[in-house]
Parts: sequence; C-alpha cells; structure tokens
Amino acid sequence: MKVLAALSGGVDSAVAAARCVDAGHDVTAVHLALSQTPEARRSGARGCCSLEDSRDARRVADSLGIPYYVWDIAERFTEEVIDDFIAEYAAGRTPNPCLRCNERIKFAAVLERALALGFDAVCTGHYASIRQADDGAWELHRAVDPAKDQSYVLAVLTQEQLAHCMFPLGDSTKEQVRAEALARGLQVASKPDSHDICFIPDGDTKAWLSARIGVRAGDIRDAESGEVIGEHDGAHAYTVGQRRGLGLDVSAPDRARRYVVGVDTASNTVLVGPPTLLDVDAIAADRAVWCGPFPSVGEAVSAQVRAHGEVLPARLTSVDGERAAAVTVTLTEPLRGVAPGQALVLYAGSRVIGSATITRSWREQR
Amino acid sequence: MAPVPAYLDHAATTPMSPAALAAMTAELAEVGNPSSLHAAGRRARKVVEQAREHIAHALGAQPVDVIFTSGGTEADNLAVLGLYRARRAADPARTHVVASAIEHHAVLDPVQALADREGATIHWLAVNRCGQVDLEHLQALLRDHGQQLAFVAVMSANNEVGTRQPVSDVVAACAPLGIPVHSDAVQSVAWEPFNFRASGLATAAITAHKVGGPHGIGALLLARGVALEPITFGGGQEAKLRSGTLDAPAAAAFATALAETVAQQPERAARVRALREQLVAAVRECAPDAVLNGCDDCLPSVAHFSFPGCEGDALLMLLDAAGVQCSTGSACTAGVPEPSHVMLAMGRDRATARGSLRFSLGATSSAADIDALREALPAAVTRARQAGQALAR
Repeated sequence: MKVLAALSGGVDSAVAAARCVDAGHDVTAVHLALSQTPEARRSGARGCCSLEDSRDARRVADSLGIPYYVWDIAERFTEEVIDDFIAEYAAGRTPNPCLRCNERIKFAAVLERALALGFDAVCTGHYASIRQADDGAWELHRAVDPAKDQSYVLAVLTQEQLAHCMFPLGDSTKEQVRAEALARGLQVASKPDSHDICFIPDGDTKAWLSARIGVRAGDIRDAESGEVIGEHDGAHAYTVGQRRGLGLDVSAPDRARRYVVGVDTASNTVLVGPPTLLDVDAIAADRAVWCGPFPSVGEAVSAQVRAHGEVLPARLTSVDGERAAAVTVTLTEPLRGVAPGQALVLYAGSRVIGSATITRSWREQR
Repeated sequence: MAPVPAYLDHAATTPMSPAALAAMTAELAEVGNPSSLHAAGRRARKVVEQAREHIAHALGAQPVDVIFTSGGTEADNLAVLGLYRARRAADPARTHVVASAIEHHAVLDPVQALADREGATIHWLAVNRCGQVDLEHLQALLRDHGQQLAFVAVMSANNEVGTRQPVSDVVAACAPLGIPVHSDAVQSVAWEPFNFRASGLATAAITAHKVGGPHGIGALLLARGVALEPITFGGGQEAKLRSGTLDAPAAAAFATALAETVAQQPERAARVRALREQLVAAVRECAPDAVLNGCDDCLPSVAHFSFPGCEGDALLMLLDAAGVQCSTGSACTAGVPEPSHVMLAMGRDRATARGSLRFSLGATSSAADIDALREALPAAVTRARQAGQALAR
C-alpha cells in the first residue's frame, strides 16, 4: 500500500513509520506544520510545532530512507482547533483540542488530501488498535498499554476513516517503542514525551486564555447559599471540578474544601461548593460520532469523560436525533467533576463505540 | 519499475564538473594553511591566489576585487550589511535602502534586518508582471531619497522565474548620485558574460556550486574605492573584510569550474536554451492551462510555471515519486512552502503563487530529462488538481 506516515518529530510516530516500512508498504513521510510562527527550538516538553521537531522528523525520514515533506496546515489548525478552543472556553465549556484536531485536521483534511494524492492510508504513532471484524467492519480498540492508550482522542473516527488509518503501536508499550527506536538507531529514541496542549508553549492554559479572551472581574458565589464569597478575573479560566486557584480567603463553615461546581460565562459567575455537588450519575451529550453501528437504548457500556480518566459502567438511557447524535447515559456509581464540552467516549470492552460532546450532567439517585 | 531520475533543479545546485572535482580532491590531499609563512603555507597560498586570478579573469575583475566567502549568502550579507554600515558611517543621513522586491532571501533578509535592528528605512523596488524591476519607480526613489540612500540592490537575474534585470540601467541611474549598487549574480554567471569592472557595480555576489564548483565557497566582488565594513572578525584574511581560514581545495575547484563554464558559455547557453524550449513545449502539451511565468528576457536555464488549481508542493511530491526532481522555487520555513514573494511581487495572488513549479536546466541536462517530465507530468497534474488547495484554504 501507499502509506502517508505523519511524523511529529517524536519517538512514537518514528517507530510507527519504521514498522510501516518494515511491513513492506511504500511509505512517504509528512510533517504537519501546525504553527504559523514556529519557534526555532523546542521549549519545555512540547512534541510538535518547532523547527527542531521538524528537523527531527526529517532526520527520521532520512534514516528510514523515505521521502519527507512538510504540509502547512497552520491556517486550518488555527481556525478549526485553536479558535474553537478559545470559543469553547469563552462559553464556559472545557474542550479537548487533541480530539478536535483528530476529527477536523489529522483524519479529515490530511487524510482527504492523502487519498486525493493517491495514498491508500495514513499512519500515525497513536496508541490504539484497528481491527477488522468478521463481517468486514472496522473496529477501533484500546491499546495494550493502558498508560498510553489514546483511543479516547481517536473516538471521532468513522468507518470510512478507520478504513484508511494505520496505528502500528497499538500492541506495544511505550517502553517497547523506546527500546525499538534505540535498536533501530533512531535519533529521537530518548526524546521526552510531549504532553499538555501543543499550541500553549509554557503549559499555562489560564494565562494563555486570559490573553485571548480578556480579563473581566466577576463573582464567585456559594452554590448552596447564593452568597458572593469572592472575586475572579474571568469565568472562562475555571473548569468544573477545579479546586486550586480560587483564591478564597473565607473557609466554608464546615471547613470543607470548595470546588468549582458551575461556570456561567454569560453572567461571568463561578459557582463553588462542596465536592458532593460534583458527583453526577447522568450525562447528556450531543454531536455524537459513532465508529461503527449506532448504540441503542438500554445498552450496557463503559463511559470515560477525559483522557486517561476513570472508566465507569454505564447504560444508555436515550438515543435521539439523526445519526443518533444525542445520547444520555446513567452511571452505576457517581463520577466527580464532569464539565460541559468534555468528550463522553463510550466503550464496549476494549472497543470504542463512539464519542459525543457533554452538554449537561446531573445527579439522579442519592 | 523504478524510474530513471530526471534532475531538473540545477538552479538549486548543479553537479560538480569532473575537472573541478579533480582539482579539489588533488588539493585536499595537501597540507598547508594559506596564511602560514612556511613552505606548506606558501604552497597553499599560491593555489588560492591562482584561483583568485582565474576567477577575476573569468568575470572581468581584478584579483584584488575577489573576496572569498562561504558562498552566495555570505557574500550578499557582507555587501548589504557592509555597504550600509560604511556609507552611514561616512554620512549619518544615509539610512535608506532600495532593494528589488524579488531579491533572494540572502539579500532580502539582511536588508530587513537593517530595518529591524539598525533603523534603516527600506524601499522595495517594484517589478512588473514579468518580474523586471520598474526603472521609473527607481527614478522616483532616487529623486526623493537620493541623498539618504546607503545603497541599491538589484539581482542580475531572478532565481525563481529567471527574469533578467536591467542592472546596467540601475547602475547608470545611481552613478550620478554616487550611490553604490550591489547585484546578486549567483544565478546568471553560469549563463551570460559578466564584466565586473565594466558593469559599474560596487559589489556582486557569486557562488561556486551553481557553476559546477563545490558547495561552501563563493565570493564577493568589490570594486576599488568602495567602502565596506567587515561583518566577521578574526584572522583578517581577505583584506580584513572577511576572516576565516582560506579553503585552498574549494578555491581551486571554484576557479576551475568557473573558468570552464565561462569558456563554454556560448555553446552551453545555446544548447540549454533549446532544451528549455522543449521543456516549455512539453509542459504545455501535458498541461495546456499551465502558465509560463517571467518573460522572454530570461536565463536560458529556468522555466517557471503556474498550474491552476494545483499546489506546487503536491506536484513536487508526485513528480519526485515519479523520479522527476524540481522545485517550487520559493523559500521554505521549516520546509513549509510559503507563497513565493517573487510571484506576489509580480502581482499574482497567493493561490497562483502556491501553485507554481520551477524547472531548471544545467550543463548535464539532456532531452531524456524532458522525456521523463513529459511522462510523469500529466498524472501528477491530475492528482494534484484533485487534491486541490484544501489545506491552504
């Protein structure tokens, strides 16, 4: 097959591409330039976007003896991922930009262009597995390494996309991948993992957002009494479930710690309360994308609401709309701190059923 | 079946001539720093000075005019920064610079750096749709800012579209005001006679690897009486204008390649111009809507096309996979193809600028290269058009 291997400059995509070459595919490497003003060198532990990463990616391609090109997707990335990230926070929601990038950029714009240019598949260094069922349907599964499993951020892939994706690292642990990179003599073998959000260089999301959304003082209210107990400088900077950074000098009467339990950007109000207010057992979500067949009401699934978060048994209580776009689930035990905007990803065992964007969560049983 | 590679990117770099390679390898076996006073040093010094004389002779310059550098970029930087600082030191009012909008980044970027770091005011000299500088615009700039100009920079021929520039007219316009003119002659010296002393230029940049010499050596030609400040400091080699141990093997190879190129220039240029016509015909046959950019007054070696609805980097990748090697012609940031500043200056929109390819020929080009292009281009254009310019929006 003619395969386009996306190389970030990190160790995972390097080994994925190498395995693709070994498998006998005709591989071409592409580095996705996401930043309109790339830094010369990596700052901190970012794993993309700098000229240094681009150079590392090129070195890997040269080592593997495959052609290397850079695709400039900075404009699309800014529009679809960064602008959306800002807008979501400004609306008081908590988006996942990696998921968004996979949905709109990597496995949409890039995959479409690859297919148009005559490639059969796109290969990445994501930790997840694609399997083909007996009936020919494509299935997305968790990776064997639970610490690295990235099926959560890939839960936006449809059958058509899965048919043209290759994730060669799904059956390996990070340690194995690093060891393999070393054995293959790839220079990126010991490069640190990337984490945090690639377009926020210093990892300070709050400051980054404030610089773009603006600072606007507002009230911090007690969710139970309604009393104003503090001030904040922009509701957008708060996420449901957050405890640190509230700057409250009045401790609760019962001396309990207080958490953000609600964010209302329209009135610029942050609601705080005891952690019990954060416990929910029902979640509604929309804009669902299903990797395979739509789920049905009553189906027992497991639910996950953040990358590497807890996995809880759940049951679908409603499935509505065209292409089953809106769902609600109930959890068998309560989950703490679910913010609107987060992705609800549903699994059947290790198989990803699909994902939807959380609109609301509440407590049904006490 | 693996295709036979067709190399159509001689403007990026061209193969070393066998004679230059022999001169270089022979000299690499010798010991001696040309600045040393002992026998080995004297021997190396002789190699460098002979090379200097051959280069000067090939380009209508005096040996003293030739300042060896690490290549064209360093020569351009030395001219731009060195002329500006020397002229401003002589008269603090001279803080304005005129440079054509289609200069290579080796000129463009140091000029921009003068504005960003040293308070210079830049006037980008406009070009017409063919990519030739607008002499009326130059006259207007000379009229308005003549007393404030540190220097004027106009390349001899553009590296992307191949358009030749009216450098002698530029020099004639600047001469009465005593304004030095720098010309990046990197692309043209292989293809047309160049008489530095007769040109009236203050400085000219050349490089070895575009004329069949090695990478890593070039020269700035500096006219007598022109004040220039050094930009590197050290051993003071090259008349205290450029420091660094002289590279005798590279200088010998540079001189050999340049002398050979200049001696064979008329025949070579005629042969390559005929090949270019075949290339242009082949592209038109394969992609009837492709637009040839530039004008008739161009280098014999360069043909630059826009392919409507295609992205240049997609075409490049598809042609590369089919064994045909060419260039988008524009500079890269992290390998990201930027819309060419040359095409934008020529009045093209960003999509057209991004949808362009440069094919460039050299001494080793043959009709087989054109045949390979004719073979590969139709499928590449069809695919690239399907892929469109989706990523660019």
